[in-house]
Amino acid sequence: MATEPELAFSTHADPMDRQAPPPGIGVRSWLRWLWSRLTSMRTALILLLLLGIAAIPGSLVPQRTSDPLAVNQFVADNPELSQWYERFGLFDVFGSPWFSAIYLLLFLSLLGCLIPRARQHYRMWQRSPGPPPSNLSRLPDSHLVAASDVAATLDEGEQVLRKQRWRVRRSPDWVAGEKGIWRENGNQIFHFSLLGVLAAVGLGALGGWQGNVVLTEGGGFSNTLTQYDTFTGGRFANVDDLPPFSLQLQDFAVDFERDEAQRGEPRDFRAEVLISPAPGEPAQQQVFGVNDPIEIDGVKIFLIGHGYAPSIVVRDGDGEVVFDDSVVFIPQDGNFTSAGVIKVPDSEPQLGFRGLFLPTAVIDQEAGPISVFPAPDSPGLFLSAFTGDLGLDSGEPQNVYELDDTDLEQIGLQGMLPGETWQLPDGAGSVEFAGYERWISVKVARDPGGVWALLFVVTAIVGMSLSLFVRRRRVWLVRSEDAVTVGGVARGEGSEVAGDLAAIAAEIGTDTPADDPAGQEGVNR
Amino acid sequence: MESESLAELSNALVYSSMFVMVLAMFAFAASFAARRSPATAVTQEVAEQVPQQVPAAVGGSADVTQPEAAPPPEPVEEPGRKSGNIGMALSWLSFVLLFGGVLVRGLWAERVPWGNMYEFSITSALAVLGVFLLVSLKRDVRWLGVFLIPLVLLTLGLAVTVLYTEAAQLVPALQSTWLIIHVSTAIVCGGAFTYAGVVAGLYLVVNGAGESGWRASWAARLPDAQRLDRMVYRTLAFTFPLWTFAVVAGAIWAESAWGRYWGWDPKETWAFITWVVYAAYLHARSTAGWKGSRAAWLAIIGMAVFWFNYFGVNLLFSGLHSYAGV
Repeated sequence: MATEPELAFSTHADPMDRQAPPPGIGVRSWLRWLWSRLTSMRTALILLLLLGIAAIPGSLVPQRTSDPLAVNQFVADNPELSQWYERFGLFDVFGSPWFSAIYLLLFLSLLGCLIPRARQHYRMWQRSPGPPPSNLSRLPDSHLVAASDVAATLDEGEQVLRKQRWRVRRSPDWVAGEKGIWRENGNQIFHFSLLGVLAAVGLGALGGWQGNVVLTEGGGFSNTLTQYDTFTGGRFANVDDLPPFSLQLQDFAVDFERDEAQRGEPRDFRAEVLISPAPGEPAQQQVFGVNDPIEIDGVKIFLIGHGYAPSIVVRDGDGEVVFDDSVVFIPQDGNFTSAGVIKVPDSEPQLGFRGLFLPTAVIDQEAGPISVFPAPDSPGLFLSAFTGDLGLDSGEPQNVYELDDTDLEQIGLQGMLPGETWQLPDGAGSVEFAGYERWISVKVARDPGGVWALLFVVTAIVGMSLSLFVRRRRVWLVRSEDAVTVGGVARGEGSEVAGDLAAIAAEIGTDTPADDPAGQEGVNR
Repeated sequence: MESESLAELSNALVYSSMFVMVLAMFAFAASFAARRSPATAVTQEVAEQVPQQVPAAVGGSADVTQPEAAPPPEPVEEPGRKSGNIGMALSWLSFVLLFGGVLVRGLWAERVPWGNMYEFSITSALAVLGVFLLVSLKRDVRWLGVFLIPLVLLTLGLAVTVLYTEAAQLVPALQSTWLIIHVSTAIVCGGAFTYAGVVAGLYLVVNGAGESGWRASWAARLPDAQRLDRMVYRTLAFTFPLWTFAVVAGAIWAESAWGRYWGWDPKETWAFITWVVYAAYLHARSTAGWKGSRAAWLAIIGMAVFWFNYFGVNLLFSGLHSYAGV
C-alpha cells in the first residue's frame, strides 16, 4: 500500500510470504524447497481450506463417535456403499488418517512459519525502535517544527514520547518511538495457542476416560471398571485406579410440557442421588441434572438420558417367584414408547418376553399399541411370551436388550395395566406387572485436557484480538539546523500515524507541515 | 388472557416491521436507480475519512481537494439522496418495530426470546438490520439498503410462515445462562457476517467492472472497490474474535449439558467450518494472489456456510442441536 512504505519495517519481512528457492539437484535442496513450500502462507491457506472441506462429510455421514446406532442403521440400509465408506474412514472422519494428515500438515506448516517469524520478531524487538529512514520528510504526514534550539526541542520531543508511552530510543540527532509491538506479539500468542489447544485435546484423548452406566431408582453403582455398561479409556489413562466413589439413585423426576405448544417436551430433570466419596465414608445427598453435573475427585458425572423400567414379577408353574426386578426399557420415540426384553433363565422351561411399555397407552388402529404422552398418565405393558431355550448357556455374551428366539416358541400375547397378572397358557406360570421405576443413564468422565484447552482458547482469543486491533506505528524526530522533522509510518490494516504525528508536533512547538513535493511523489510511487 | 394479548402484540409488531421494511426496500431501490455517478460524493467522503490518502488516491490534483478548503455555498443535490434518506428513516422505524416484536416475544415467553427457530430468526433479522444501521451512523451506506433489506425480509418471511411456533418454556438442555451468552453472540456474528458477505458480493461486481454493461452501471452507483474491500475486512476483523468466543461459549455449555466440550455434532462441525473459512479470509488478505476477489469469495462462502449451519443443519440433520419447534 502506498501509505505504508516498507523501508521502516524491512527487518520484519514476512517469512510467510517468502519466495521458494529454485529447486537444485541434490536431495537436500529438494527437501529445503519442499519445506519452504510447506511453510509458505499459500500452502497454509490451502491446507486450512482443505481442513474445512474435509470436515463436511463428518456432518453428512453418521459418525461412530457421536451416533453409533445411526451408523449401524446406515450399514444395514446401504451394505455396498458402506464398504466404500468404511474404506475411506467416512464413519469416523475426525479420526481418519486423511483428516489427521491435513491438520498435522497444517500445524507443521504453522510451526515452520511461526518459529522463524518469532525469532525474527524477537530480534527486531530488541533492536527497535531503529534509526530513522534517510529522508524523513518523504514520508506522508510529516511535520517540520521550526526551533531556535533544536537540541532542546529534541529533548522535549523525547519527553513527549515518553509521556505518551512510546518505546523510545534516543541518539544525539534523533529520537525514535514505537507503539503497537503487541500486534505481532498477539499474532504469535494466537498461533502458539492453537498448538496448545491441539495438545490439550490430545492430552484429553490419551489421558482421559469415560464410562456410561444405567441406574434405576433405588439402584447404585461404585466407580470400578466392571460396573460400567460401556467404557472407553485413552492409551495413557490410569483405569486401574479410578476414584473410589459410589452413587445411588434415590429418585428421578421429569416434568413434561402439557400445554398445546411443544406438548410433550421435557421441562425439568431432577435426579436425587446419594454419593459417597469412598467405601465406608458417609454418603451425601445431592441433586443434579442437565447443565448441572456432579464433580467429585476430578471426575464429572453427567445426566445423559432417562426412561422407564417396568417392574416385573414372574412365577413358575408352582407359584415360586423366579424373577423380580425392574427391567430397563429403551425409549423408541418422543412419547417414550419403550421396548425391552425380559429373560427368565431360572424357570423350567426357560421363559423370555418381548415387551412394550407405554407411559400413556393408546391402541392405534394402524400403529397398534403406542404411547401418546411421555409422562406415565395411564401406563400399559404389552408382552409377548416365549418358552424354550434362551441360549444363555453357550457362554457367548448376549445383548440384554435383544431376545434370540431361534430356540424359543411364542406362547401368547397380552396387554396389562399396573397390578395385573397374566396367567401364562399351559401352566407355564404367571407374569405380574407390578409397576414401574424410572432409570437414568449417566456418563462419568475424566478429561485432563479440558482445563488446558480452555486456557489456550482464552489466550488464543486475546492474542487474535491484539493482532487484529492493535495499531502498530513508529515515529521519528530528527534534528536539522533550524528545525525538527516529525515523521512516521504505520503498519497493518486501518493503521495510520497522522494523528500521532500531529499531536507530537503540536506538543513540541508550532509546526508547519513539511512541504516537500518530491516527497509526495515518493509516496505515490 | 394477558399472555395471549402479548402474543398478538408481538406478532403484530413483527408484521408491521415487515410492512415498513418493504417500503424501505422500495425507497432504497428508487435511490439506487437514481444514483448515477457518485464519484464526487465518494471522493469527498474519502477526503473526510482519510485525508492523508487524498494525494495517493487522486494523484494530488488541486481541484478535488478544493471543496474541503472552501465548501461550496450551495451543494448540488446528489441524485437519489432523498429517497435514500427516506429508506434509512423507514429502516430505523422497522428496526424499532422489530425490536419491540422480539422484546414482547420474550415478555410473553418469560425468558430470553431464543428458544426456537422462529425466535432465532426474528432476532437474526434484527441483528442484520442492526449492523446495517450501526454502520450507517458512521458512514453513508444508503447504497447498501437495496441489497441487505431483501435478505432481512426473506429471513422474516421464512420465520413467520414456515418456522412460526407458539412461545413455550425451554427444554432442560437450553436452561442455562450460556443460552444468553452463546446464542446472543452467535446472532450478532450472523448479522455482521451477512453484512460483510453482501458487501463482498458488491465488491466482486465493482472490481474490474469494465466500461459498459450492468456491472459498469452498478459500479457507477457504488463506492469504489477498495472501500468495499476495506468495509468487509473491518467488519470481519471485528467479528472473527467474537465468533471464536461464541463457539467457545458453546463448547463450555456443551460440556455441562452433554458431558463433552466438542463432539463433532453437525452444528459444531459447521461452526468449525465457518471459523476455518473466516480464518482463511483473514490470511488470504495478506497472501499474494489471494487478495481481492478470492478473499471476497471467502467472505461470501463464510456467510453461506453460516446460514447453512443455521437453516440447513437445523432442518436437514438430526443432532443434539435439534430442538422442538425446530
